[in-house]
Amino acid sequence: MNSNTTTLGAPVSTRSRAMPLAMAALLGLFVVAVSGFAPMEAVHNAAHDYRHSMAFPCH
Amino acid sequence: MPPTTIATPWHFPATNGLFDMSDLRNVVFVAALAGLLAGLVLTAMQIYATVPLILQAETFEGAGGDHHGEAAVSEAEDGVEAWAPADGMERNLYTALAAIVTGVGFGLLLVAASEFAGGIAGWRQGLVWGFAGFAVFTLAPGLGLPPELPAMPAADLVARQIWWIATVAATAAGLALIAFRASAVWAVVGVALIVAPHLIGAPQPVSHESPVPADLHHRFVVVVTVTNLVFWLVLGAAVGALRPRFFGQADNARTSFA
Repeated sequence: MNSNTTTLGAPVSTRSRAMPLAMAALLGLFVVAVSGFAPMEAVHNAAHDYRHSMAFPCH
Repeated sequence: MPPTTIATPWHFPATNGLFDMSDLRNVVFVAALAGLLAGLVLTAMQIYATVPLILQAETFEGAGGDHHGEAAVSEAEDGVEAWAPADGMERNLYTALAAIVTGVGFGLLLVAASEFAGGIAGWRQGLVWGFAGFAVFTLAPGLGLPPELPAMPAADLVARQIWWIATVAATAAGLALIAFRASAVWAVVGVALIVAPHLIGAPQPVSHESPVPADLHHRFVVVVTVTNLVFWLVLGAAVGALRPRFFGQADNARTSFA
């Protein structure tokens, strides 16, 4: 099974890289979630046109 | 072992253990620069192309049973009105802020995902990653939940958000299985993951009857889809072009593919 895995990063550096990459991805998810999905009325109003323009579900 | 230390002089051997701070810094730099560029392009496209259609659709609010009208009425009754930017310049500034900030957010996701796969080798390979981002975040959720204008009827917001997020996750996982697993079985599983959300179906409103003209909505769907495509292509190409300056050579068997 493991031998079927292709191009998933260099085996040597994978362990030390996984953490910072996961942190970066989480940070990205957080930013997108707040501007695209946060239910607070003020955030919704501020990002209203953006949300419609990105086809995020909006009101 | 690829020469990852060449372009990262602050990469100390002592940090090679559990956590490599220089990796996080590089990811954030590339994502911030590429996201800023793509976000600025997105801002220009939205203010020029999508916002005018949104403003036009808002003139139909109140003509149908839309959420905005109801919310405004109930807020007026409560005597509490949520803050909203003033129409015009201020409103566009917040649209720009949201576009640029999420440009960086999507950039972080794209850089992190592509680094797990060995890194993007150049701008042309970045375009392919951009197409993938477009497929995951615009195309797949847009099939069940097309871009909607104000004053249009829609199903429950939370139900739509759940379907949207699940569809994005399933499509991303499906594409990753197809691209990075050699076995044909995984490719079949990948296709199944991509198709499944559409078999389940997105939450739909009771009636699609809307005061917004079909012609206006159709134009909006096309403009939103195309602007998102351009945004993702700029983001992917920028990440691919910037990456070698921060990470050294891509450790990627597909280098010859670009």
